[in-house]
Amino acid sequence: MALRVLSKTFLSQRLTGAQRGTIALRFYATKKYTASHEWIEIDNGVGTVGITDYAQNALGDVVYVEVPEVGTQVEFDETVGVVESVKSTSDIYSPLTGEITASNDKVVANTKLINKSAESDGWLFKVKFSSQQEVDALLNESDYKMLIESDH
Amino acid sequence: MAAIRAARTLQLLRPAGAQLMSTGVSQRTALYELHKLHGAKFGPFAGWDMPLVYADQGALDSHLHTRQHASIFDVSHMLQTRIVGKDRHRFLEHLVVADLKELPVGGATLSLFTNVSGGIEDDTIITQQNDSLYVVSNAGCADKDLAHLLSHVKIFQDAGADVDVLKIDDHSLIALQGPSSQKALEQLAAVSLSQMPFMTGKFIDIKGVPCHVARSGYTGEDGFELSIPTSEVASITQALLENKEVKLAGLGARDSLRLEAGLCLYGSDIDSTTTPMEANLVWTVGKRRRAEGGFIGADVILAQIANKSGIRRRVGLVIEGAPARAHTKILSAEGDEIGEVTSGVPAPSLGKNIAMAYVRKGFNKQGTKLKVKVRNRIQDATVVKMPFVPAGYHKI
Repeated sequence: MALRVLSKTFLSQRLTGAQRGTIALRFYATKKYTASHEWIEIDNGVGTVGITDYAQNALGDVVYVEVPEVGTQVEFDETVGVVESVKSTSDIYSPLTGEITASNDKVVANTKLINKSAESDGWLFKVKFSSQQEVDALLNESDYKMLIESDH
Repeated sequence: MAAIRAARTLQLLRPAGAQLMSTGVSQRTALYELHKLHGAKFGPFAGWDMPLVYADQGALDSHLHTRQHASIFDVSHMLQTRIVGKDRHRFLEHLVVADLKELPVGGATLSLFTNVSGGIEDDTIITQQNDSLYVVSNAGCADKDLAHLLSHVKIFQDAGADVDVLKIDDHSLIALQGPSSQKALEQLAAVSLSQMPFMTGKFIDIKGVPCHVARSGYTGEDGFELSIPTSEVASITQALLENKEVKLAGLGARDSLRLEAGLCLYGSDIDSTTTPMEANLVWTVGKRRRAEGGFIGADVILAQIANKSGIRRRVGLVIEGAPARAHTKILSAEGDEIGEVTSGVPAPSLGKNIAMAYVRKGFNKQGTKLKVKVRNRIQDATVVKMPFVPAGYHKI
């Protein structure tokens, strides 16, 4: 694991504690994508879901957001929320079957968060998933990159 | 999971009109390169590759900038025609509802092309020039309007009338809109525009280039629509942009601005099935025209005006909760379906959701409490007077 060794050296020499935490997380959490421009960070049985930076850029200024309620049971591909710009409405579907364990009230109150930080602070909801098969069927980063490049 | 699944939204995701460029079907305006230089994101509109938003500001920023300062919209995709000949008034009055004989030279009016069923074929701005009628109509209706004008002018010509329809191909059209428009234009025109009323037009030299300047627009603000020789349009647009208060704005902002101003979008809020009475546009039918008729569909339209009939009315709505978009169903307080939204946005200048809609006659009075069904949820809506945002039209 050359990458891990390199990272360790890099971390100890260059990074502050806070940054180290972020980097370390990336070794345990896996980021997945959908063809419809959502990201899902898989960590310890829970998927955190948002729209990709590519999607927020295409949508433009987000002015209205709805997220699912905590405790809701959701099915794969079920409508669970909405992201709206001045011009258009985009439904949000759950990428995974399971239970909603958290939703981001901050993006509802401050919809600009999605434009500013789509793939981090602009997350929409967390789902405790019940099917690893559904997770495995999601796109990985290189697949997703290929997809958006072919869209050009 | 499909956040951006609707077909209409997918178009947004296709950057820079790449697909259309490869098929070679879309047209470009003379300002295409300038838009690109300003980082425009393009989208297809009526067969044209038009700027939606620019790199330095999104639709929301452009909207607010237009209300506070001034923006330039490229509207060169619109159809510009000139009707000439001494029988021009008689000819065009056959196709539209306006009283063109009463319109003074330099005066402009909103009018409607009508069909035999009393429906609206397009809306248009007509300016009375010394020797001609200058007609600007929608890009989305350009082919249809031109065919309509040409087929009818042939009938008039065959009957011996002195009239012709000339398509203006050598002039581009830009709209300078917003409270700073007058000052910005005066800097280049070297004339005072303070005495030029709203809804008038005249020829003015801009940077020494003769241009037709109409004080009108589609934003609810003061502003001008400039018909500029195409060879000069880029340099004049650039010169206007040197003014720090002037920025380019795209079709995204144009739609939310016109909706706040209560102005109809043809194809959404009015179409070939809506009549002037239903669309709340009876004011465009000239007084003499109401008495005399003589335009296509006059029997239907004048009967509806006389009887206040027609089954539905266009209204403005303010909506609680989530925005209600086009085709959202409208219910009465009792829960009966009584209409449909035709355009709806979260209004950037107001911070609330507004919509234009058609409701069954009787439910159109200001203050009427209605319901809208957004994603199977029932939300409150109230009929309000339009415009939603007070007009900033120039007063002398």
